Amino acid sequence: MIEDIEISELRNLCQIVKEKYNYDFNNYAMSSFKRRVLRVLEIHKISSTLALIEKIKYDAAFFKVFLNEITVNVTEMFRDPSLWRDLRDKILPNLFSTHETIKIWHAGCSSGEEVYSMCILLKEMGLLHKVKIYATDIDEPILAKAKEGKYTIKNMIDVNEKNYIRLGGIQKLSDYYTETSGGFVKMNPSLVENVVYRSHDLVKSGVFNKFDLILCRNVLIYFNQQLQNDVFKMFHESLFNYSYFIIGSKETLIWSDVASKFIIVNSEEKVFKKVKE
Amino acid sequence: MKLDQVSIDKSQYKAVVIGGSAGSFQIITKILSEINPKFDLPIFMALHRLKHVRNGFIEALALKSNKIIAEPEDKEQIKRGMVYLAPANYHMYIELGNKIALSTEEMLNNSRPSIDLTFDTASYVYKNKIIGIILSGANKDGAWGMKKLKERGGLTIIQDPKDCTIDTMPTAALNITKIDLVLNPDNIVKFLNSLV
Repeated sequence: MIEDIEISELRNLCQIVKEKYNYDFNNYAMSSFKRRVLRVLEIHKISSTLALIEKIKYDAAFFKVFLNEITVNVTEMFRDPSLWRDLRDKILPNLFSTHETIKIWHAGCSSGEEVYSMCILLKEMGLLHKVKIYATDIDEPILAKAKEGKYTIKNMIDVNEKNYIRLGGIQKLSDYYTETSGGFVKMNPSLVENVVYRSHDLVKSGVFNKFDLILCRNVLIYFNQQLQNDVFKMFHESLFNYSYFIIGSKETLIWSDVASKFIIVNSEEKVFKKVKE
Repeated sequence: MKLDQVSIDKSQYKAVVIGGSAGSFQIITKILSEINPKFDLPIFMALHRLKHVRNGFIEALALKSNKIIAEPEDKEQIKRGMVYLAPANYHMYIELGNKIALSTEEMLNNSRPSIDLTFDTASYVYKNKIIGIILSGANKDGAWGMKKLKERGGLTIIQDPKDCTIDTMPTAALNITKIDLVLNPDNIVKFLNSLV
Protein backbone atom coordinates (compact mmCIF):
# COMPACT_ATOMS: atom_id res chain seq x y z
CA MET A 1 0.00 0.00 0.00
CA ILE A 2 1.26 3.48 -0.90
CA GLU A 3 1.23 5.65 2.17
CA ASP A 4 2.29 9.02 0.84
CA ILE A 5 2.32 11.13 -2.32
CA GLU A 6 4.68 13.99 -3.15
CA ILE A 7 3.09 17.40 -3.68
CA SER A 8 4.80 17.58 -7.09
CA GLU A 9 2.98 14.38 -8.10
CA LEU A 10 -0.34 15.89 -7.05
CA ARG A 11 0.47 18.99 -9.12
CA ASN A 12 1.16 16.82 -12.17
CA LEU A 13 -2.10 14.99 -11.63
CA CYS A 14 -4.04 18.27 -11.38
CA GLN A 15 -2.40 19.57 -14.54
CA ILE A 16 -3.41 16.52 -16.61
CA VAL A 17 -6.96 16.62 -15.25
CA LYS A 18 -7.22 20.29 -16.12
CA GLU A 19 -5.79 19.92 -19.62
CA LYS A 20 -7.75 16.84 -20.50
CA TYR A 21 -11.09 17.30 -18.72
CA ASN A 22 -11.22 20.97 -17.68
CA TYR A 23 -11.67 20.31 -13.95
CA ASP A 24 -9.37 22.34 -11.73
CA PHE A 25 -8.23 20.73 -8.48
CA ASN A 26 -5.20 23.00 -8.03
CA ASN A 27 -6.82 24.94 -5.22
CA TYR A 28 -8.28 22.02 -3.34
CA ALA A 29 -7.06 21.76 0.28
CA MET A 30 -3.90 19.66 0.26
CA SER A 31 -4.44 17.16 3.11
CA SER A 32 -7.89 16.02 2.08
CA PHE A 33 -7.06 16.02 -1.65
CA LYS A 34 -4.00 13.86 -1.03
CA ARG A 35 -6.08 11.52 1.08
CA ARG A 36 -8.70 11.21 -1.66
CA VAL A 37 -6.02 10.38 -4.24
CA LEU A 38 -4.49 7.77 -1.91
CA ARG A 39 -7.94 6.28 -1.53
CA VAL A 40 -8.36 5.98 -5.31
CA LEU A 41 -4.96 4.26 -5.56
CA GLU A 42 -5.94 1.83 -2.84
CA ILE A 43 -9.47 1.03 -4.06
CA HIS A 44 -8.38 0.49 -7.67
CA LYS A 45 -5.07 -1.15 -6.76
CA ILE A 46 -3.08 1.34 -8.80
CA SER A 47 0.64 1.09 -8.05
CA SER A 48 1.66 4.77 -8.22
CA THR A 49 0.49 8.30 -8.87
CA LEU A 50 2.27 8.11 -12.22
CA ALA A 51 0.21 5.04 -13.16
CA LEU A 52 -2.93 6.91 -12.08
CA ILE A 53 -2.01 9.87 -14.28
CA GLU A 54 -1.49 7.56 -17.28
CA LYS A 55 -4.83 5.84 -16.64
CA ILE A 56 -6.69 9.13 -16.38
CA LYS A 57 -5.01 10.45 -19.51
CA TYR A 58 -6.28 7.64 -21.73
CA ASP A 59 -9.45 6.44 -20.03
CA ALA A 60 -12.33 8.96 -19.94
CA ALA A 61 -14.68 6.44 -18.32
CA PHE A 62 -12.20 5.92 -15.50
CA PHE A 63 -11.96 9.67 -15.04
CA LYS A 64 -15.66 9.72 -14.11
CA VAL A 65 -14.98 7.11 -11.46
CA PHE A 66 -12.02 9.16 -10.26
CA LEU A 67 -14.16 12.31 -10.03
CA ASN A 68 -16.75 10.43 -8.00
CA GLU A 69 -14.16 9.21 -5.51
CA ILE A 70 -12.18 12.44 -5.27
CA THR A 71 -15.24 14.34 -4.13
CA VAL A 72 -16.31 13.62 -0.56
CA ASN A 73 -19.77 12.12 -0.55
CA VAL A 74 -20.37 11.66 3.16
CA THR A 75 -23.53 13.43 4.25
CA GLU A 76 -26.48 12.91 6.57
CA MET A 77 -30.08 14.06 6.91
CA PHE A 78 -30.58 16.88 9.41
CA ARG A 79 -26.88 17.08 10.32
CA ASP A 80 -26.76 19.58 13.22
CA PRO A 81 -30.45 19.34 14.22
CA SER A 82 -30.17 22.73 15.94
CA LEU A 83 -29.63 24.38 12.55
CA TRP A 84 -32.74 22.69 11.16
CA ARG A 85 -34.73 23.93 14.16
CA ASP A 86 -33.47 27.43 13.42
CA LEU A 87 -34.55 27.05 9.79
CA ARG A 88 -38.00 25.85 10.84
CA ASP A 89 -38.59 28.36 13.63
CA LYS A 90 -36.87 31.49 12.34
CA ILE A 91 -35.22 31.56 8.93
CA LEU A 92 -37.97 30.07 6.76
CA PRO A 93 -40.83 31.90 8.56
CA ASN A 94 -38.84 35.09 8.15
CA LEU A 95 -38.43 34.55 4.41
CA PHE A 96 -42.10 33.66 3.95
CA SER A 97 -43.22 36.75 5.85
CA THR A 98 -42.08 38.79 2.86
CA HIS A 99 -42.16 36.26 0.01
CA GLU A 100 -44.96 34.28 -1.61
CA THR A 101 -42.48 31.78 -3.06
CA ILE A 102 -38.77 31.24 -2.48
CA LYS A 103 -35.83 29.73 -4.33
CA ILE A 104 -33.27 27.60 -2.52
CA TRP A 105 -29.88 26.34 -3.72
CA HIS A 106 -28.20 23.30 -2.18
CA ALA A 107 -24.67 23.71 -3.53
CA GLY A 108 -22.60 20.52 -3.43
CA CYS A 109 -25.64 18.42 -2.56
CA SER A 110 -23.80 15.08 -2.89
CA SER A 111 -26.16 12.11 -2.46
CA GLY A 112 -29.03 14.45 -1.62
CA GLU A 113 -29.78 13.77 2.05
CA GLU A 114 -29.86 17.48 2.87
CA VAL A 115 -32.30 18.15 0.03
CA TYR A 116 -34.67 15.57 1.50
CA SER A 117 -34.19 17.14 4.93
CA MET A 118 -35.24 20.50 3.54
CA CYS A 119 -38.24 19.06 1.67
CA ILE A 120 -39.42 17.16 4.76
CA LEU A 121 -39.08 20.28 6.88
CA LEU A 122 -41.01 22.37 4.32
CA LYS A 123 -43.69 19.71 3.97
CA GLU A 124 -44.21 19.69 7.73
CA MET A 125 -44.52 23.48 7.60
CA GLY A 126 -47.06 23.24 4.76
CA LEU A 127 -44.76 25.23 2.48
CA LEU A 128 -43.29 22.62 0.17
CA HIS A 129 -45.41 23.73 -2.80
CA LYS A 130 -44.15 27.32 -2.46
CA VAL A 131 -40.52 26.46 -2.99
CA LYS A 132 -38.29 25.84 -5.96
CA ILE A 133 -35.07 24.03 -5.07
CA TYR A 134 -31.89 23.69 -7.13
CA ALA A 135 -29.58 20.90 -6.02
CA THR A 136 -26.17 20.85 -7.67
CA ASP A 137 -22.98 18.85 -7.56
CA ILE A 138 -19.82 18.49 -9.63
CA ASP A 139 -20.25 14.73 -9.81
CA GLU A 140 -23.03 13.48 -12.11
CA PRO A 141 -23.33 9.89 -10.83
CA ILE A 142 -23.86 11.21 -7.30
CA LEU A 143 -26.58 13.56 -8.63
CA ALA A 144 -28.31 10.55 -10.15
CA LYS A 145 -28.15 8.91 -6.73
CA ALA A 146 -29.53 12.03 -5.10
CA LYS A 147 -32.43 12.03 -7.55
CA GLU A 148 -33.10 8.35 -6.92
CA GLY A 149 -33.33 8.86 -3.15
CA LYS A 150 -32.17 5.34 -2.29
CA TYR A 151 -30.34 5.04 1.01
CA THR A 152 -29.30 2.21 3.31
CA ILE A 153 -31.68 1.31 6.13
CA LYS A 154 -28.67 1.26 8.43
CA ASN A 155 -27.89 4.92 7.78
CA MET A 156 -31.55 5.88 7.95
CA ILE A 157 -31.85 4.38 11.42
CA ASP A 158 -28.37 4.92 12.89
CA VAL A 159 -27.89 8.51 11.73
CA ASN A 160 -30.78 10.20 9.95
CA GLU A 161 -33.64 9.15 12.19
CA LYS A 162 -31.67 10.09 15.31
CA ASN A 163 -31.05 13.56 13.89
CA TYR A 164 -34.72 13.88 12.95
CA ILE A 165 -35.79 12.98 16.49
CA ARG A 166 -33.33 15.49 17.95
CA LEU A 167 -34.75 18.14 15.66
CA GLY A 168 -38.20 17.36 17.03
CA GLY A 169 -39.85 16.34 13.74
CA ILE A 170 -43.62 15.88 13.94
CA GLN A 171 -43.80 12.54 12.09
CA LYS A 172 -41.74 9.42 12.05
CA LEU A 173 -38.95 9.59 9.50
CA SER A 174 -40.15 6.20 8.21
CA ASP A 175 -43.35 7.93 7.04
CA TYR A 176 -41.23 9.42 4.26
CA TYR A 177 -39.76 6.26 2.79
CA THR A 178 -40.55 2.67 1.91
CA GLU A 179 -38.24 -0.22 2.53
CA THR A 180 -37.00 -1.99 -0.58
CA SER A 181 -34.92 -5.13 -0.97
CA GLY A 182 -31.28 -5.52 -0.06
CA GLY A 183 -31.24 -3.28 3.00
CA PHE A 184 -32.24 -0.09 1.20
CA VAL A 185 -35.04 2.42 1.49
CA LYS A 186 -36.58 4.56 -1.23
CA MET A 187 -37.57 8.09 -0.29
CA ASN A 188 -41.06 9.21 -1.26
CA PRO A 189 -40.53 10.81 -4.73
CA SER A 190 -43.30 13.37 -4.25
CA LEU A 191 -41.06 15.11 -1.70
CA VAL A 192 -38.66 16.26 -4.41
CA GLU A 193 -41.13 17.18 -7.17
CA ASN A 194 -40.00 20.80 -7.03
CA VAL A 195 -36.31 20.00 -7.04
CA VAL A 196 -34.10 20.51 -10.08
CA TYR A 197 -30.91 18.46 -9.96
CA ARG A 198 -28.13 19.78 -12.14
CA SER A 199 -24.42 19.50 -12.65
CA HIS A 200 -22.43 22.50 -11.39
CA ASP A 201 -18.75 22.92 -10.59
CA LEU A 202 -18.24 25.55 -7.88
CA VAL A 203 -14.74 26.19 -9.24
CA LYS A 204 -15.79 27.22 -12.74
CA SER A 205 -19.56 27.17 -13.37
CA GLY A 206 -20.36 30.48 -11.70
CA VAL A 207 -23.68 32.26 -11.13
CA PHE A 208 -26.70 30.64 -12.81
CA ASN A 209 -29.66 32.04 -10.90
CA LYS A 210 -30.64 34.22 -7.90
CA PHE A 211 -31.68 32.73 -4.58
CA ASP A 212 -33.38 33.55 -1.28
CA LEU A 213 -31.46 30.86 0.58
CA ILE A 214 -28.21 29.07 -0.24
CA LEU A 215 -26.89 26.11 1.76
CA CYS A 216 -23.33 24.98 1.16
CA ARG A 217 -22.34 23.08 4.26
CA ASN A 218 -19.03 21.26 4.65
CA VAL A 219 -18.24 21.56 0.96
CA LEU A 220 -15.78 24.46 0.88
CA ILE A 221 -13.64 22.82 3.59
CA TYR A 222 -12.09 20.84 0.73
CA PHE A 223 -10.87 24.04 -0.93
CA ASN A 224 -7.97 26.30 0.02
CA GLN A 225 -8.70 29.85 1.16
CA GLN A 226 -8.02 31.46 -2.19
CA LEU A 227 -10.64 29.29 -3.84
CA GLN A 228 -13.03 29.64 -0.89
CA ASN A 229 -12.80 33.40 -1.32
CA ASP A 230 -13.70 33.17 -5.03
CA VAL A 231 -16.65 30.89 -4.30
CA PHE A 232 -17.92 33.14 -1.49
CA LYS A 233 -17.97 35.99 -4.03
CA MET A 234 -19.95 33.83 -6.45
CA PHE A 235 -22.46 32.96 -3.71
CA HIS A 236 -22.79 36.62 -2.76
CA GLU A 237 -23.64 37.41 -6.38
CA SER A 238 -26.14 34.54 -6.47
CA LEU A 239 -28.13 35.86 -3.49
CA PHE A 240 -30.86 38.49 -3.45
CA ASN A 241 -30.27 41.26 -0.96
CA TYR A 242 -31.56 40.32 2.53
CA SER A 243 -31.42 36.63 1.77
CA TYR A 244 -29.68 33.88 3.71
CA PHE A 245 -26.45 31.94 3.32
CA ILE A 246 -25.61 28.91 5.47
CA ILE A 247 -22.25 27.10 5.71
CA GLY A 248 -20.98 24.31 7.97
CA SER A 249 -20.85 24.81 11.73
CA LYS A 250 -17.03 25.02 11.68
CA GLU A 251 -16.68 27.12 8.55
CA THR A 252 -16.40 30.87 8.38
CA LEU A 253 -16.35 33.69 5.84
CA ILE A 254 -15.29 36.48 8.20
CA TRP A 255 -11.83 36.76 6.59
CA SER A 256 -13.15 36.79 3.01
CA ASP A 257 -13.52 39.74 0.61
CA VAL A 258 -17.33 39.68 0.94
CA ALA A 259 -17.40 39.52 4.76
CA SER A 260 -18.57 43.13 5.11
CA LYS A 261 -21.53 42.43 2.82
CA PHE A 262 -23.04 39.90 5.21
CA ILE A 263 -24.24 40.06 8.80
CA ILE A 264 -24.11 37.10 11.15
CA VAL A 265 -27.61 35.89 12.00
CA ASN A 266 -26.58 32.82 14.01
CA SER A 267 -22.91 32.42 14.88
CA GLU A 268 -23.26 28.85 16.20
CA GLU A 269 -25.03 27.54 13.13
CA LYS A 270 -23.18 29.80 10.68
CA VAL A 271 -26.22 31.52 9.24
CA PHE A 272 -25.39 34.73 7.38
CA LYS A 273 -27.62 37.34 5.75
CA LYS A 274 -26.60 39.35 2.73
CA VAL A 275 -27.11 43.04 3.47
CA LYS A 276 -25.10 44.73 0.72
CA GLU A 277 -24.87 44.26 -3.05
CA MET B 1 13.18 4.24 28.40
CA LYS B 2 12.69 6.06 31.68
CA LEU B 3 12.07 9.78 31.79
CA ASP B 4 15.37 10.59 33.57
CA GLN B 5 17.32 8.62 30.98
CA VAL B 6 16.09 10.72 28.11
CA SER B 7 18.74 12.68 26.35
CA ILE B 8 16.98 14.46 23.55
CA ASP B 9 17.27 17.97 22.24
CA LYS B 10 14.00 19.29 23.54
CA SER B 11 14.36 22.65 21.83
CA GLN B 12 13.73 21.09 18.42
CA TYR B 13 10.03 20.44 19.02
CA LYS B 14 7.39 22.71 17.48
CA ALA B 15 4.12 20.94 18.23
CA VAL B 16 2.43 18.23 20.30
CA VAL B 17 -0.33 15.94 19.08
CA ILE B 18 -2.40 13.91 21.54
CA GLY B 19 -4.84 11.08 20.86
CA GLY B 20 -7.22 9.66 23.43
CA SER B 21 -10.43 7.73 23.75
CA ALA B 22 -12.26 5.83 26.47
CA GLY B 23 -10.68 6.52 29.84
CA SER B 24 -8.58 9.47 28.70
CA PHE B 25 -10.72 12.34 29.96
CA GLN B 26 -9.13 12.30 33.41
CA ILE B 27 -5.56 12.44 32.16
CA ILE B 28 -6.41 15.11 29.60
CA THR B 29 -7.82 17.33 32.35
CA LYS B 30 -4.75 16.55 34.44
CA ILE B 31 -2.42 17.61 31.62
CA LEU B 32 -4.40 20.80 30.99
CA SER B 33 -4.55 21.78 34.66
CA GLU B 34 -0.92 20.98 35.49
CA ILE B 35 0.82 22.15 32.36
CA ASN B 36 2.97 25.23 32.76
CA PRO B 37 0.95 28.22 31.49
CA LYS B 38 4.11 29.30 29.65
CA PHE B 39 4.15 26.11 27.55
CA ASP B 40 4.02 27.64 24.10
CA LEU B 41 3.93 24.85 21.54
CA PRO B 42 0.56 24.31 19.91
CA ILE B 43 -1.16 21.14 21.14
CA PHE B 44 -3.53 19.28 18.81
CA MET B 45 -5.96 16.92 20.47
CA ALA B 46 -7.94 14.27 18.62
CA LEU B 47 -10.22 12.68 21.18
CA HIS B 48 -13.06 10.29 20.50
CA ARG B 49 -16.33 11.92 21.46
CA LEU B 50 -20.04 11.70 20.82
CA LYS B 51 -20.54 12.82 17.27
CA HIS B 52 -23.86 14.59 17.77
CA VAL B 53 -22.86 16.52 20.91
CA ARG B 54 -21.22 19.71 19.72
CA ASN B 55 -21.30 21.65 22.97
CA GLY B 56 -20.15 20.94 26.49
CA PHE B 57 -16.96 18.96 25.93
CA ILE B 58 -14.69 21.92 25.42
CA GLU B 59 -16.32 23.78 28.30
CA ALA B 60 -15.66 20.76 30.55
CA LEU B 61 -12.02 20.64 29.47
CA ALA B 62 -11.60 24.40 29.84
CA LEU B 63 -12.82 24.46 33.43
CA LYS B 64 -9.45 23.75 35.02
CA SER B 65 -7.23 24.37 32.03
CA ASN B 66 -4.10 26.51 32.21
CA LYS B 67 -4.24 26.91 28.46
CA ILE B 68 -6.78 28.37 26.07
CA ILE B 69 -8.51 25.49 24.37
CA ALA B 70 -10.52 25.91 21.18
CA GLU B 71 -12.27 23.92 18.50
CA PRO B 72 -10.74 25.36 15.34
CA GLU B 73 -12.70 26.59 12.38
CA ASP B 74 -11.69 25.39 8.94
CA LYS B 75 -8.38 26.97 7.72
CA GLU B 76 -7.79 28.60 11.10
CA GLN B 77 -4.26 29.93 11.58
CA ILE B 78 -2.27 27.93 14.15
CA LYS B 79 -1.15 30.06 17.09
CA ARG B 80 1.60 29.26 19.58
CA GLY B 81 0.48 28.20 23.03
CA MET B 82 -3.01 27.19 21.94
CA VAL B 83 -4.71 23.86 22.51
CA TYR B 84 -6.84 22.75 19.54
CA LEU B 85 -9.53 20.13 20.02
CA ALA B 86 -10.92 18.28 16.99
CA PRO B 87 -14.62 19.26 16.73
CA ALA B 88 -17.36 16.63 17.01
CA ASN B 89 -18.02 14.77 13.75
CA TYR B 90 -15.05 16.31 11.89
CA HIS B 91 -11.57 15.04 11.15
CA MET B 92 -8.89 17.60 12.03
CA TYR B 93 -5.96 17.93 9.60
CA ILE B 94 -2.83 20.02 9.95
CA GLU B 95 -2.11 21.80 6.64
CA LEU B 96 1.08 23.24 5.20
CA GLY B 97 1.11 27.00 5.70
CA ASN B 98 0.43 26.78 9.43
CA LYS B 99 -3.29 26.13 9.13
CA ILE B 100 -5.84 23.64 10.39
CA ALA B 101 -8.31 22.08 7.97
CA LEU B 102 -11.45 20.15 8.81
CA SER B 103 -13.04 17.28 6.93
CA THR B 104 -16.24 15.25 7.03
CA GLU B 105 -14.70 12.35 5.11
CA GLU B 106 -15.56 8.73 5.88
CA MET B 107 -14.99 7.54 9.44
CA LEU B 108 -11.73 5.68 10.01
CA ASN B 109 -11.57 2.95 12.65
CA ASN B 110 -15.20 3.82 13.16
CA SER B 111 -14.08 7.25 14.34
CA ARG B 112 -14.55 10.86 13.27
CA PRO B 113 -12.44 12.61 14.50
CA SER B 114 -9.81 10.04 13.59
CA ILE B 115 -6.64 10.08 15.69
CA ASP B 116 -4.71 8.44 12.83
CA LEU B 117 -5.51 11.26 10.43
CA THR B 118 -4.57 14.06 12.82
CA PHE B 119 -1.27 12.29 13.63
CA ASP B 120 -0.55 11.61 9.96
CA THR B 121 -1.19 15.16 8.74
CA ALA B 122 0.52 16.78 11.74
CA SER B 123 3.67 14.70 11.34
CA TYR B 124 3.69 15.34 7.59
CA VAL B 125 3.86 19.08 8.31
CA TYR B 126 6.11 19.09 11.41
CA LYS B 127 8.35 16.15 10.38
CA ASN B 128 10.83 15.41 13.21
CA LYS B 129 9.70 18.44 15.19
CA ILE B 130 6.61 16.83 16.67
CA ILE B 131 5.75 14.86 19.78
CA GLY B 132 2.93 12.30 19.58
CA ILE B 133 1.18 11.05 22.70
CA ILE B 134 -1.35 8.19 22.75
CA LEU B 135 -3.48 7.86 25.87
CA SER B 136 -6.00 5.37 27.20
CA GLY B 137 -8.54 4.04 24.69
CA ALA B 138 -10.56 1.03 23.63
CA ASN B 139 -9.68 0.65 19.94
CA LYS B 140 -6.59 0.76 17.74
CA ASP B 141 -7.07 4.25 16.34
CA GLY B 142 -3.83 6.21 16.57
CA ALA B 143 -1.48 3.26 16.11
CA TRP B 144 -1.02 3.79 12.37
CA GLY B 145 -0.73 7.57 12.84
CA MET B 146 1.91 7.02 15.51
CA LYS B 147 3.82 4.79 13.11
CA LYS B 148 3.81 7.53 10.47
CA LEU B 149 4.90 10.07 13.08
CA LYS B 150 7.83 7.85 14.08
CA GLU B 151 8.85 7.26 10.45
CA ARG B 152 9.03 11.02 9.96
CA GLY B 153 11.32 11.41 12.95
CA GLY B 154 8.85 12.51 15.61
CA LEU B 155 9.03 11.53 19.27
CA THR B 156 6.57 8.83 20.36
CA ILE B 157 5.07 8.65 23.84
CA ILE B 158 2.33 6.39 25.17
CA GLN B 159 0.55 6.38 28.47
CA ASP B 160 1.87 3.36 30.37
CA PRO B 161 -0.64 0.57 29.60
CA LYS B 162 -0.44 -0.40 33.31
CA ASP B 163 -1.90 3.00 34.21
CA CYS B 164 -4.61 3.09 31.55
CA THR B 165 -8.29 2.55 32.24
CA ILE B 166 -8.35 0.75 28.89
CA ASP B 167 -4.96 -0.08 27.38
CA THR B 168 -5.97 -1.24 23.87
CA MET B 169 -4.96 2.00 22.18
CA PRO B 170 -1.45 2.52 23.60
CA THR B 171 -0.76 -1.20 23.30
CA ALA B 172 -1.80 -1.15 19.62
CA ALA B 173 0.68 1.68 19.01
CA LEU B 174 3.40 -0.19 20.91
CA ASN B 175 2.78 -3.30 18.81
CA ILE B 176 3.45 -1.67 15.45
CA THR B 177 6.01 1.04 16.11
CA LYS B 178 8.94 1.94 18.29
CA ILE B 179 7.80 3.93 21.30
CA ASP B 180 10.37 6.33 22.75
CA LEU B 181 8.77 6.85 26.15
CA VAL B 182 6.22 4.88 28.15
CA LEU B 183 5.06 7.25 30.87
CA ASN B 184 2.52 7.42 33.66
CA PRO B 185 0.27 10.51 33.82
CA ASP B 186 2.55 12.38 36.27
CA ASN B 187 5.55 11.86 34.04
CA ILE B 188 3.69 12.90 30.90
CA VAL B 189 3.00 16.26 32.57
CA LYS B 190 6.57 16.42 33.87
CA PHE B 191 7.95 15.73 30.42
CA LEU B 192 5.80 18.40 28.76
CA ASN B 193 6.75 20.95 31.40
CA SER B 194 10.43 20.15 30.89
CA LEU B 195 10.04 21.54 27.36
CA VAL B 196 9.25 25.03 28.66
